Amino acid sequence: MSVLSAIRTRDAAELPGKRDEAWRWTDLRGLIRQVPEASAAFDPSSLRAGPFDALADEVIVVANGQGAAHIGVEPGETKVVALRIVSRGDGAHAARISVDVEVSGRLTILESYEGEGAYLGQTGLAISLAKDAAVERIVLAADDADGVTVSQAEVDLAPGSSFAQTALTSGARRQRIETVVRHPGGHADLRLDGVYLLADRRHADLTTIVTHSAVDGVTQQLTKGVVRDQARAVFQGKIIVAEGADRTDARMGHHALILSDRAEVDAKPELEIYADDVACAHGNTVGALDEDALFYARQRGIPEPEARALLTEAFIGEVVDRILHGGARDIVRAWSAERLRA
Amino acid sequence: MLSVSNLHATVDDKEILKGLSLDVPAGEVHAIMGPNGAGKSTLSYVLTGRQGYEVTAGGATLDGEDLLALEPNERAAKGVFLSFQYPLEIPGVPALTFIRTALNAQRKARGEPEVTAPEFLKLARAKAAELKIDFDMLKRALNVGFSGGEKKRMEIFQMAMLSPRFLILDETDSGLDIDALRIVADGVNALRSPDRAMLVITHYQRLLDYIKPDRVHVLAGGRIVASGGPDLAHELEREGYDKYARAA
Repeated sequence: MSVLSAIRTRDAAELPGKRDEAWRWTDLRGLIRQVPEASAAFDPSSLRAGPFDALADEVIVVANGQGAAHIGVEPGETKVVALRIVSRGDGAHAARISVDVEVSGRLTILESYEGEGAYLGQTGLAISLAKDAAVERIVLAADDADGVTVSQAEVDLAPGSSFAQTALTSGARRQRIETVVRHPGGHADLRLDGVYLLADRRHADLTTIVTHSAVDGVTQQLTKGVVRDQARAVFQGKIIVAEGADRTDARMGHHALILSDRAEVDAKPELEIYADDVACAHGNTVGALDEDALFYARQRGIPEPEARALLTEAFIGEVVDRILHGGARDIVRAWSAERLRA
Repeated sequence: MLSVSNLHATVDDKEILKGLSLDVPAGEVHAIMGPNGAGKSTLSYVLTGRQGYEVTAGGATLDGEDLLALEPNERAAKGVFLSFQYPLEIPGVPALTFIRTALNAQRKARGEPEVTAPEFLKLARAKAAELKIDFDMLKRALNVGFSGGEKKRMEIFQMAMLSPRFLILDETDSGLDIDALRIVADGVNALRSPDRAMLVITHYQRLLDYIKPDRVHVLAGGRIVASGGPDLAHELEREGYDKYARAA
């Protein structure tokens, strides 16, 4: 049972729902009674430029699931690839993308989601890093308010590799960005960050599962988000440290601001530790904007909406600042600033 | 300039100001002294519109305009500036960004053009030098990790940048050593002008050696119970607030 098989078989019973523990806050089964027909193909050459096109050596467009792609990086090669996932219409579609980065290769994936319509889209990514490879993945999910999307990435790290991810989303009718990482230890370095900025009735679910299978692995996670109106955010972060995966250092933080009484944040940080000698920590907070700081800003002449945006921007800025690619960081910062003032 | 008449205000349904009247004409510096709990900080928050401070009677005007009807940011755009007793920390917002946002918001509200980035930086460098503030400090998040004295100096820096017309200094001397006090006082005195006025709220007379007031008022029990010239501050320093606190 999976979103992918539901789309392939057009059987809504295949969709995960609230009875599945991992999906209880992102109920697709209850939302979608009938899986829509397959989306019609469309010509991506009619699209305007994507958010990251100007920064990339190569631009790959996946339009309604068409154009399934492979991204390969040769040993020692460095490249920047923009991966645009575009949805149009009210149909269902799925795409597979495989990414292989060979020994000491360096890749920046600038991945964006955009759409128009009440579509159901699934994107599966299989990302594999060889020894000493380095990948930074930035995901900017700007889906339609009526869209339902699920992005599922499986990441395999080799010893000595490093994978850094920042997923930013403004949500959708229902949306999940899921990242599953097999962490071999061996001084491989993992960073999994997230930002959600949700308004109206939008929903976003950031789910990560990291399994440390051997000694000397590092994982750091920081997710921050803001919900207003009747929006709902879900954060599920799971770190498993297998027996014998000693000297694992794993840290997870999730911090949310709730800006309205009717907005909701559901968070489930989980650490499952079967090894003895590990340093693991998680912190989870949910709060409101600091009213005193707000008054201070207003006393200086800043109108309330701008003061709120400024303080909120600063709150998520801690995550955005961790993005390594300078150009992408600027684009993401501008996108966030615009969302917060919308 | 500022005119407060028969002002009554409550905090959590407790009446703190009980008929306070005060006139501060343009060009003058008035000091408000008084014992702890007299309502000094409440007065500064009522004048600037902080939430939770409810005016139940009386009024306050700035140049004849009803101050209490305006939003806090509108009052700021009219030129009201409060130097906070305990300045807030603003994580993630560099001091320069914060101040530039404030300055341009005020200018916009007044129908003036925004200052450009080069103009702003030039002004900031000049004012920072005057106040002996390391320019690099202005690139850090506002007040985060600053010492008490640095925060107070940052208040005066903001004041110098925003160039307000009516200044309220709430216990600005607390946390300052003598050298810092002199720098801060110089910064405040530089803003003295015939078209500005100041209200200096302080518990101790010390600050008034550096910022010389035209008038001194004693605030006790939520009202002004005595007013006089600069000598009144010295008398209070010698004899304490006892007789006024009892009278209130």
